[in-house]
Amino acid sequence: MSATPTTTVDYGRAESPVQVIEVNNLRKGFGTEDVLMNVSLKLFNGENLVVLGKSGSGKSVLIKCIVRLLDPDEGTIKVFGEDVSTLNQFELGELRKKIGFLFQSGALYDSMTVKQNLEFPLRRIKRDLNQKEINEKVEEVLENVGLPDTLDKMPSQLSGGMRKRISLARTLMIDPSIMLYDEPTTGLDPVTSDEISTLINAVQKKYKTSSIIITHDIECARTTADRVIMLLNGEVYMEGELTEFEKSTDTSIKSFFK
Amino acid sequence: MKIIIPVTKVKKVATERSIRIVEKTIARTVEAGNFLTNIADGFLFVTRVAKETFSRNFEFKEFMRQCYQIGNKSLPLISVTGLIIGVVLTIQMRPALVSFGAVSMLPGMVAISLIREMGPVITALICAGKISSGMGAELGSMRVSEQIDAMEVSSVNPFKYLVVTRVLAATLMIPLLVLYADALGILGCWAGANIKGDVTFVLFASQAFGHIGFNDLMPAIIKTFFFGAVIGIVGCYKGYTAGRGTESVGIAANSAVVLASLLVIIIDLIAVQITDML
Repeated sequence: MSATPTTTVDYGRAESPVQVIEVNNLRKGFGTEDVLMNVSLKLFNGENLVVLGKSGSGKSVLIKCIVRLLDPDEGTIKVFGEDVSTLNQFELGELRKKIGFLFQSGALYDSMTVKQNLEFPLRRIKRDLNQKEINEKVEEVLENVGLPDTLDKMPSQLSGGMRKRISLARTLMIDPSIMLYDEPTTGLDPVTSDEISTLINAVQKKYKTSSIIITHDIECARTTADRVIMLLNGEVYMEGELTEFEKSTDTSIKSFFK
Repeated sequence: MKIIIPVTKVKKVATERSIRIVEKTIARTVEAGNFLTNIADGFLFVTRVAKETFSRNFEFKEFMRQCYQIGNKSLPLISVTGLIIGVVLTIQMRPALVSFGAVSMLPGMVAISLIREMGPVITALICAGKISSGMGAELGSMRVSEQIDAMEVSSVNPFKYLVVTRVLAATLMIPLLVLYADALGILGCWAGANIKGDVTFVLFASQAFGHIGFNDLMPAIIKTFFFGAVIGIVGCYKGYTAGRGTESVGIAANSAVVLASLLVIIIDLIAVQITDML
């Protein structure tokens, strides 16, 4: 069952959407077990693509393959037209500068303060910036995620929602063109989840990013999705707009939207 | 008496036995394969450390922080251990030397045994326990909590930032800690000599250092650089390659101590053989 959108679909951000990510026939397994089987998807410029699926359906594996934290067993992944699997370390590093990745756990460096966490990638990627410019950038991104007073705090002093925001701020330090969110609202209360979902939209608007949002939180999908893909047993089960999913009579999909 | 065993039973027993032999052979082959794979991984890791050490944009600030962590924070433990070793060696050796009327040889003997063997090996073993396990646990937990992945996807080289700095800091700081432990051990020896005797520090120092030559000092110092490198490399390797579960953090820390201690002893054995040939 599939409702694949055509490339002429306009999500209100571009007249003729350009593909920024193209995944073709991706297969990834661990040991004898296949987690992803023949997965294909496209992410267009300026859209929010939500990937829904139960735990263990391979959602996180999918985006880890996109940034080559994991190597696919079969299939191709193109980001901005470049085949990720053929890039050398330098080329991969250059490509990763255009991609922001929000980890499920936040993955803040726990031996560093919030300020040091934010400065860490910027100091190494844009070595020509002086301290004043770095400070301005840090203040700007903290303002954007709504946590301007946390500069000197350690990650252990932050709540779950704050950690997610700071982690998002860290990815924004390098002005990414693509954002990959791995379960951005998991483990958060409904109010904070809603704030994070709103923040995802705000980031997309301000930084003009294209995003893949991995989630099983329907409210998050409702707030952020331009288009939705549902993974089931490692395969794309359905693709389309959220309203199509909500109207679906398929039991697997209905059970998700209860 | 004739025992009759049914043919079918003999066949069944023989088949089961051959299956067990085949299964055992496969298991041993897999074990041997894993062992060789681990050695190859370790070799590649060491090669990468060497390669990344001489690449551009060295993380000097982090290197200095690691030197402080390894050196300064190990001082209390090394101080107590060095001092006690000196006292204990003196108290243990004194009765034997007294019976030969050679008590004046005591400072020289203790100083040589401290500088050549006891100081380097005991300091390295303590550091294998403290530093190698610390590195294994720290990097292991960073792997589990996806902090290393986060560095990688933000286009930062985690290997250069986390591994190279730690290995170099350990390689540089362990020899300094050994020299410090040697000095305190000799001081402990003087204290031990004064428990049952009365020796001025000037006389003690002239007796102790009068017996120490270039051949005692240099091989001992050179081998401590290898001890430091092994402690750093093993700790980082175990932590950096840790699995994904929280259990793997404990495994990384534990196996780092065991392997680093074993390698320190093996390097010491090789160093002794080489020194003996010179």
